[in-house]
Amino acid sequence: MKKRLWVLTFSMLLGVTGGPAGAYDYKVDDPYVSTIVGTPEVLEWDRLPKKVDYELLGLKVFPDRPTPDVFWYQREFLYTLSYQKQEAPLIFVIAGTGSSFYATSMIFLQKAFYGAGFHVICLSSPTQMNFITTASATSVPGNILEDSQDLYRVMTLAWEQVKDRIKVSEFYLTGYSLGGSQSAFVSKLDDERRVFNFKKVLMINPAVSLYTSAKILDDMLLQINPNLTPEIFDRWFDERLAKFAEAYKLLHEPPLDHDFLYEAYRVLHKKGQTPRREDLAGMIGTVFRLASSNMIFTADVMANYGLIVPKNRVLGSADSLTDYMKVTNRVSFIDYFNEFLYPYSQSRNPGLTKEALIESTSLRSIESYLRNSPKIVLMDNEDDLILAPEDLAFLKEVFGSRAKIYSRGGHCGNMTFRDNVAYMLNVFKN
Amino acid sequence: MKRALCLMLLTAFIFLSGCGTAPVRQEPEIPAKRPVGEYVKPDVTYAIDAHDPWEPMNRRIYNFNAIFDNYVFLPVVQAYEFVLPVFAQKGVANFFRNLTEITNLTNSLLQFKIEKAVNTFGRICINTTVGLGGLIDVATLNDGIAREDEDFGQTLGFYGLGPGPYLVLPILGPSSARDAAGLAVDTVVYSLMMQELIGLTGLGSPEDDILNYSLSALYAIDKRHGEPFRYFKTGSPFEYDLIRKLFLIKRQFQIDN
Repeated sequence: MKKRLWVLTFSMLLGVTGGPAGAYDYKVDDPYVSTIVGTPEVLEWDRLPKKVDYELLGLKVFPDRPTPDVFWYQREFLYTLSYQKQEAPLIFVIAGTGSSFYATSMIFLQKAFYGAGFHVICLSSPTQMNFITTASATSVPGNILEDSQDLYRVMTLAWEQVKDRIKVSEFYLTGYSLGGSQSAFVSKLDDERRVFNFKKVLMINPAVSLYTSAKILDDMLLQINPNLTPEIFDRWFDERLAKFAEAYKLLHEPPLDHDFLYEAYRVLHKKGQTPRREDLAGMIGTVFRLASSNMIFTADVMANYGLIVPKNRVLGSADSLTDYMKVTNRVSFIDYFNEFLYPYSQSRNPGLTKEALIESTSLRSIESYLRNSPKIVLMDNEDDLILAPEDLAFLKEVFGSRAKIYSRGGHCGNMTFRDNVAYMLNVFKN
Repeated sequence: MKRALCLMLLTAFIFLSGCGTAPVRQEPEIPAKRPVGEYVKPDVTYAIDAHDPWEPMNRRIYNFNAIFDNYVFLPVVQAYEFVLPVFAQKGVANFFRNLTEITNLTNSLLQFKIEKAVNTFGRICINTTVGLGGLIDVATLNDGIAREDEDFGQTLGFYGLGPGPYLVLPILGPSSARDAAGLAVDTVVYSLMMQELIGLTGLGSPEDDILNYSLSALYAIDKRHGEPFRYFKTGSPFEYDLIRKLFLIKRQFQIDN
């Protein structure tokens, strides 16, 4: 009840309840706010089933791969399946950077597609811990071509695992953020290997260049302070946490997924508190940093690379990781690219230049494929924070009439907005 | 029953302790490119730091809890959710929440939080009578009187006692030396009240072990049923650290309010 009151107040503040028919009613025009706060509940797609039954399924992708003691709980690759009783299309959904199928956005998409009559398989991002430990061939994510091959492998295995139980008419594919970019690469692989013959592929707020987008997100932290030191960051972060404690009381339980920080801001925002721009940017940067830290540490241990944990050191299941966490939190994605991903890739492919690696993790490397594949559709926003101006121009030019670009929404902030969901579902229904 | 449980706990501990001593790689260690020694200053307190001198034991118990959750606790809870209709699950939850108001009441009084005490007393009266012995939470309906969670750990904190070392309790999860002691006190008060109630209502004899165990088991199942937390769902290799930090912040906030 109280919750509904906030929403009402919030929507009145924004003046979002009315508006002429046909106009785009998503009114949050600050992309930093929309990226964090998302869509006010009153404006969300309201035809979601209340509850979706799903099965949590496990796969042994590499049966001979030992699980390091420190990651003893990552024994198999996990994914979820929600299925219809009758024959229906099957859609694969790929999560954004560092996210699993438990992420709020993933659960939303699962419900939306299931409610619209699809079988739904939700896949964690190749940058997420469970994926890196159990399903990544190299355990060193970030090379989008290789990550997409890993994705294709688990999709094929998952399909093998469930195909006797569900009746599938045709296959679809979607993903948001980095998962959106990966959808395009997976689609290209499928055109060669033809396991699924995807009928439609929808990219939602994809990164054009992984390197550029990661740099933009890394630099968000510098908006807290251009000369950010760990001490300044810690002080800033402690202040934010103190504010959030208030929000935690209002939330039933602190949400403990990696974007719990966003959730706390949502609650504060509903109460009418608008944080300063540098705090918003700082929080986006922090959430990205936490996700990339999880990825970097996991990759470092799995590949025994020796970036943060000494090479050849074996960590036990009860060893303290706190000090490693402190170091990892100071490693940016670009540091990871320069000090780990690039030298690692070069050791396997001696002639590789850094520019070539950057290029190969960009949608530009498959430009002609994107140009000539009518089944691939794009949904994006003019003010998407992870795109440089030339990236947006590239998307518009390459996709032409297959691009639906909304004027507002930031990075994925309008993904649950009713018009956007209607558009997404419509893509697959036609 | 109790003995079987102890044995199981013991076995699990030994098994988990075993996990820590893995075969060591043959190759010599090579220093990391970004070594801890260079990046972490011993004299600086970082945001993620906590007073956790029992960390190795705590981490083992944390891992044990995850295994126990996976193989024992959650399957039992799932069976409970499968067997009992949703309205009955709600009834059970409300019933125990009404009984545990005794903890909120005593601790509100101990901290002289009169408004909270009055609210809690009002809730008990309404829910026990109109709410049919606590099965329905009538008091909360229509923006009525919200529940005020207070416990003895918070009371101790209110009088200035710090949390002491962080402590992960078997099965129950994150706590601290102070909060664990508080929990023990709250549990004694609750049990005494239950003994009285069982006697008064004529449900059975207060010495009836089967009745006591059944009630405790149902209480535990209901509590887990209402708790959305799942181990290792964060997808972070640093989950232990994150949970520790959040728990301590949350407790401090509860004490301050």
